[in-house]
Amino acid sequence: MVVKVYGPAYASPKRVLVCLVEKEIEFETVPVDLIAGENLTPDYLKLQPFGSLPVIQDGDYTLFESRAIIRYYAEKYKSQGTDLLGKTLEEQGLVNQWLEVEAHNYHPPLYTLVLHTMFSGHMGVVRNEQVIKESEEKIGKVLDVYEDRLSKSKYLAGDFFSLADLSHLPFTNYLVGPVGKGYMIKERKHVSAWWDDISSRPSWLKVLEICK
Amino acid sequence: MAVKVFGFVGSNATYRVLASLYEKNVDFELVTVNMAAWEHKRPRFLARNPFGQVPAFEDGDVSLFESRAITKYVAEAYADKGTSLKSKDLKKSAIEGVWAEVEAQKFDPATAKLTWELFFKPLFGMTTDEAVVEEFSKKLEPVLDVYEARLTECKYLGGDSFSLADLHHLPNTQVLMGTKVKSQFDARPHVSAWAADILARPAWVKVTSLLPK
Repeated sequence: MVVKVYGPAYASPKRVLVCLVEKEIEFETVPVDLIAGENLTPDYLKLQPFGSLPVIQDGDYTLFESRAIIRYYAEKYKSQGTDLLGKTLEEQGLVNQWLEVEAHNYHPPLYTLVLHTMFSGHMGVVRNEQVIKESEEKIGKVLDVYEDRLSKSKYLAGDFFSLADLSHLPFTNYLVGPVGKGYMIKERKHVSAWWDDISSRPSWLKVLEICK
Repeated sequence: MAVKVFGFVGSNATYRVLASLYEKNVDFELVTVNMAAWEHKRPRFLARNPFGQVPAFEDGDVSLFESRAITKYVAEAYADKGTSLKSKDLKKSAIEGVWAEVEAQKFDPATAKLTWELFFKPLFGMTTDEAVVEEFSKKLEPVLDVYEARLTECKYLGGDSFSLADLHHLPNTQVLMGTKVKSQFDARPHVSAWAADILARPAWVKVTSLLPK
C-alpha cells in the first residue's frame, strides 16, 4: 500500500512530497481544490479537522501537519535515502532548532505575503500594501540572520542537508516566483548560494515536475 | 551546572522549557536575561540566539534555541528520567508530533496575541485593544472545538499519555485562565477537564511558583 498525500497543487503538501522523494518512498497524490472549498467537506474534515493541507494516509494510519509528517518519515526510514535528521542527538537538536525557526520566524510573515499577493480575493484575504511592506521587512530581518548563519555553515543545521533546509523549499519557491521578490534571496550572497543549492536538488525538481 | 536556561520568569517560552526540565527531574540553572535592559539584543545573547529571543539553552556543549526544539531535545536526551514526554512507539510519537504542530500552528498564534493584550499590556501600563481581543477570541473558537472533539477520543491531545503536545500548551493556557478567555475553555467540558489536569501537574506548579507574587 502506497502513501497518499492530499493537496499536491499547494505549497505545504510539497514539503511532504520532497521529503518522500529524498527518502525514496513511493506515494500517490490526491487533488484537493481549496478555492472550491474541497478542504471543508465533512469527508476531508474527518481526516484533517482544521481543513488545512496536507494530510497523509498510510494504510489506516493518518497524519497531518507537514512538519510532523516529514519528521515521521525521516525517522521511520532513517536508513533509507538521504539522512535528513542528523546522526547524533546534538545534530538532531540543531535540525529541530532550525525547523522551529522556519515555522515560527520565517513562515508566518512569508505566508502572509503569499496570501496578500497570490491569493487576494480568496480565503477572505484582501490585498493590503501596508501588510505586504511589513511582511517583507520581517522576512528581510530573518534572512539577515540566515545570511550570517550560512556564512559559517553550509546548511542551516550544519554541513548536511536536513529537514530544516527542506522545509523552506515550497514557500521560498513562491517568494522567488509568483510573489516576485527573488531579489531578497539574490542580494544575500550566502542565502543565494544556499537557495541555488537546495532548489536544484533532483528531489525538488521532481516534485515541481509531478505537480505541474 | 551542566544545564543552563537563559530566559526570565515571565517569559512563556522560557516556562515551556522549564516545565520539560522539571518533568524530567533534570537540575538546571536559570540565568536571567535582563530584557528591560535590552540584554537579549546585545551581542553576547545574540551569540546564543541570533533572533534575540528567549529562551536559549545549554547542556554541556550542546547549545540550542527555540523552546519547542529544546523540549524535544530534553525529552530525547533524558528519555529514561522522570516523566515520559515522548512515546517510544514511532507511530504514537508521530501522532503526538501532529498535535505539537497544532499547538505551534493553530493554538499559539491565537493565544499569544490574547495573552499579550489581556495580560502583558496591562502589566506594562499599556491599553488593551478590545478589537484585537475579539478578533483572536473568534480565531480560538474553532481550534477549541477541534480540541473538544479530540479530547472525547483520548485523555490527552497526543494520545492516552501526557506528552510534549500537551506540555507546550501550558504557559499560554495558564495566563489565559486568569482572563475572560477562561470562559471559552469552561464552555467545553473535555477541554476544561484537560486544562485543569495539565495545569495541576506538580512539575508545572513548580514552574509557576517561580513567579514573584
